[in-house]
Amino acid sequence: MRLSYPANVKIIKVPCTGRVAIAQMFKALEKGADGVFVAGCLEGDCHYQSGNLRARKRVEYVQEILGQIGMQAERLAMYNLSAGDGPRFAQIAREMTEKIRQLGPSPIRTVKSRASQKPSVEVAA
Amino acid sequence: MTISKDEPKVGAVMVVGAGVAGMQASLDLADAGYYVHLVDKSPTIGGIMAQLDKTFPTNDCAMCIISPKLVEVGRHLNINLITNTEVEGLEGRAGDFHATLVNYPRYIDLEKCTACGECRRVCPATAVNEFNESLDLREATYLKYPQAIPRGFIIDRNICIGCGLCEKVCLAEAVQYNEKSRRTEVDVGAVVLAAGNKIFDPSRLDIYSYMDQPNVVTSLEFERILSASGPYQGHLMRPYDREEPQKIAWLQCVGSRDINRCDNSYCSAVCCMYAIKEAVIAKEHAHCDLDTAIFYMDIRSYGKDFELYYNRAKQEGVRFIRSRVHSIEPKGDGDLKLSYVDDLGDLKSEVFDMVVLSVGFEVGQETIALAKRLGIELNKHNFAVTDPAMPVATSRPGIYVCGTLQGPKDIPQSVMEASGAAAASSALLSALRWTATKTRELPAQRDISAEPPRIGVFVCNCGINIGGIVDVPAVREYARTLPHVVHVEDNLFTCSQDTQVSMAEVIKEKGINRMMVAACTPHTHEELFRETLLEVGLNKYLFEMANIRNQNSWVHMNDHEKATDKAKNLVRMSVARAALLEQLQEKKVEVNQRGLVIGGGVAGLNAALNLAQQGYEVVVVEKEKELGGMARYLHHTIEGFDVGQYLDELIETVQTNDKIQVLTEALVVGFSGFKGNFTTEVLVGPGMYERKINHGVAIIATGALEYKPKEYLYNQHDRVMTQLELGNVLHANGHEAANWQQVVMIQCVGSRNEENPNCSRVCCQSAVKHGLELKKLNPDMQVAILYQDMRMYGLLEDYYKEARSEGILFFRYSPDQPPEVSANGEGLKVTFEEHLLKRPVQINADALVLSAGTTAADTEELASFLKVPRNNAGFFIEAHAKLRPVDLASQGIYLCGTAHSPKLMSESIVQALAAAARASSFLAAKEMKVGGAVAKVDPIRCAACLVCVDSCPYGVPQINADNVSEINEALCQGCGVCVCECPANTIHLAHYEDDQISAKIVALLEGGV
Repeated sequence: MRLSYPANVKIIKVPCTGRVAIAQMFKALEKGADGVFVAGCLEGDCHYQSGNLRARKRVEYVQEILGQIGMQAERLAMYNLSAGDGPRFAQIAREMTEKIRQLGPSPIRTVKSRASQKPSVEVAA
Repeated sequence: MTISKDEPKVGAVMVVGAGVAGMQASLDLADAGYYVHLVDKSPTIGGIMAQLDKTFPTNDCAMCIISPKLVEVGRHLNINLITNTEVEGLEGRAGDFHATLVNYPRYIDLEKCTACGECRRVCPATAVNEFNESLDLREATYLKYPQAIPRGFIIDRNICIGCGLCEKVCLAEAVQYNEKSRRTEVDVGAVVLAAGNKIFDPSRLDIYSYMDQPNVVTSLEFERILSASGPYQGHLMRPYDREEPQKIAWLQCVGSRDINRCDNSYCSAVCCMYAIKEAVIAKEHAHCDLDTAIFYMDIRSYGKDFELYYNRAKQEGVRFIRSRVHSIEPKGDGDLKLSYVDDLGDLKSEVFDMVVLSVGFEVGQETIALAKRLGIELNKHNFAVTDPAMPVATSRPGIYVCGTLQGPKDIPQSVMEASGAAAASSALLSALRWTATKTRELPAQRDISAEPPRIGVFVCNCGINIGGIVDVPAVREYARTLPHVVHVEDNLFTCSQDTQVSMAEVIKEKGINRMMVAACTPHTHEELFRETLLEVGLNKYLFEMANIRNQNSWVHMNDHEKATDKAKNLVRMSVARAALLEQLQEKKVEVNQRGLVIGGGVAGLNAALNLAQQGYEVVVVEKEKELGGMARYLHHTIEGFDVGQYLDELIETVQTNDKIQVLTEALVVGFSGFKGNFTTEVLVGPGMYERKINHGVAIIATGALEYKPKEYLYNQHDRVMTQLELGNVLHANGHEAANWQQVVMIQCVGSRNEENPNCSRVCCQSAVKHGLELKKLNPDMQVAILYQDMRMYGLLEDYYKEARSEGILFFRYSPDQPPEVSANGEGLKVTFEEHLLKRPVQINADALVLSAGTTAADTEELASFLKVPRNNAGFFIEAHAKLRPVDLASQGIYLCGTAHSPKLMSESIVQALAAAARASSFLAAKEMKVGGAVAKVDPIRCAACLVCVDSCPYGVPQINADNVSEINEALCQGCGVCVCECPANTIHLAHYEDDQISAKIVALLEGGV
């Protein structure tokens, strides 16, 4: 469909969102990603039955910890969409990028004083 | 065993025509154990589909989806490509044919040609480029299109001036000017005819000014204009002045449904949908708010999800004008004035910048001559005559037909028919499976575990798909700087066959042990590149792909710099992962040779019968007491074929076949296992005793139902009935119906509305079929059909024509203003707004027949057992709408009949055969490989905490005798849920190891560009 979305979104392929470990979400944020979103199948329609539900729980857990350590939890998000729904993916990518732009650069990057970098959003799909 | 002289003798098949149908038939047959000679008169395979820009209703790029198939056909060990060749004669009988072929010279030796293109570079002679529909020029020495298979140049001697330059520059010494036509011969057991159609040539119709107005183009020319590899590189321009048009009109039914001008009375079945697609895609290409108008008689969006596509086009502003345009006149500087009579009978005219003629299909003279040489019968439209019970069988035994030569049809229908023709051939030749085939010895795999990573990076331009947006040379040079990279190159098409050859060479030469391709998407191309690795003796898991097209150049088209930067980032990430890839071993597992067919209607029975004829055991599970499904309520087809008799014979044949076991009143209550080794639990009979069936493949043929209307006094008035019920009345009690004076039929009851936006495909023909029957019973009877669009697609159009000449009245109604029905004593009063008179018309009807749509059968539970997806309407979703119309995404499970979408009985039979062909192409190998990218427990740290056991969606991990968790590699689906849940972090998912994923994250965020 070739629907345009912001180029700062880079996708890391995993077989199922059920393969996205808590440590990987932390790793991305720790390394300075301004935002991370996990894109899984629609709930109830997981290609691997229930991996996306596991992923959602993990995302919620990491969000909670982010809150506790004073980092905006919105930097991490979970989205559900069908693999055939290109328009929704593009919309999510735009939405997430906009949200992250408003939040500004990751505090971790600010600490590392590399604030000149453009926002990078990472996706696991 | 006695050997009769009629026994089949040759386990090889000749497929004539290498378009998408011929390619599919060849692949199915070759995978099923037959040697295939694929003959095409063109120097290149691919047919018309290769010329298309996008395909409806998914807007997939046609070349992107066909090109892996081209390569697969070109590489298949058991497909012998014989291009530039015609079949001269065919002697013998089914099972033992002898074909004579005429091989026309290419003047360039395919064996020697490396497709380097030097010959084309120096060629001084030019000709019109047929592939781009004469919109640009090509050299006399040419390759039809960049992805062409076989990959070799050809000299067009009609244009060639014989200067000898190409011969001088050809280092491979492949040019051979003096090559002559040769005659060769092949012996085959069966023939599949997939010779296709040509596009109607509008130059013979002066009213469209096609010959003298450059801005009047055919739809195929327009496909090339839209195509990124077309004459204008995908820029929307009109031919006359290369200006971007602001207003484009499409004229439907040019060369179809026309007895006045061209004698093609049939409907070409695809033009409505491709016109809608072209309008939608043109709008996407345009820089302005492009005005698109489609002039049509009926919009025939009858296929699966087509109506949704049509509705979306209307929302996106495509204008639909119901009118047949009678003339096109030049106006101003290249513009065109259309004159037409609108819906209200008023004469209108409108000026457009460009006009697209939606040209139909036609059987070409060469194909007619071929049919004559092969001795097969053609109908009055020159399409092959086929048997309604076996719609792929021609009049000559052992010759099967598929694709548009059988009748006008779209790609998925052609693909299904191709698989169906393969199934029929395989049933004939099953005793000779694997007798004529070759086997390939792959080189032993080199163990690279002790070697440091040596990565080869191949960056693809994908023509201009990537190279037009991303600075590919910059990405290539960037890749050179990355750790472990020992070789870097960029290719015009990394997927082309010659690139595979050169890749293999460079891998060997430079000792590359991990390959990284930056290109389109692993979804379509991963297997191709993995095969290249296998051929050089490397494990196929030592491959990584960076998606720089679908996830980059296509979606960041407007920012070349950002797209280039992102491509570099993606390449760096993939190189980081590639360095950590490990070789994985797969295990061979036997494939259970039994098939399970769920549903005992016409589709299920045909699938079962064909599989049995192919030599496989089959179990048919039917939930009703009786076999036959919906066909029990059909009495004859519109062609007059006796369904009752056919069904009785079919059931008898199935029940007496000793390879088929039929379980009626059987309910599927459990399903487990994996492709090749499924176990289905069934409760059988009134006693509900439990049966467990082990099988290697499953075919879903659960059918569909007729919608039970809530509208129009149905169930409230005796004389209101559905088409199915009218069929029963006509069959059982014809004289009752003969007394009716007035019958009204209402179309689209329970279809094309808010509740069910889909078209039910078959109801228009039901109405016409029954209307004609009523007229036959009582010629004085007045039959009125109230419709929205009459969707008498393909050859059905002839019956629509007949209905009108028999005096059946057709009135159009608008869905906003449906007819009103009230009781009128024994009869009914039907009132509707007549669209021309613009006033209400009332008919007192003796009977009101509702063309009730098709609704999906209740398969919710079954779908959840089988873990297969269904769409919103409840029909199962195939793996790919165009090219895998009977496969489900879950391997080993296939789909046919109305469980897929509404369709005619003959179409269900074709799809049933197709499902059987796909099943047998999987079963035939008798074994398959499992393992690879699956989870594995490292028992050292396993505490047997059961978290993995609980978390696995498939219940695979078990605690073994050593009291640790163990994962069966044949059952593991490779999702990785357990890996992330394991508190001891002691489960690994091969190919998606922690370090491999982390490497990408770190590479992205550290050392960016």
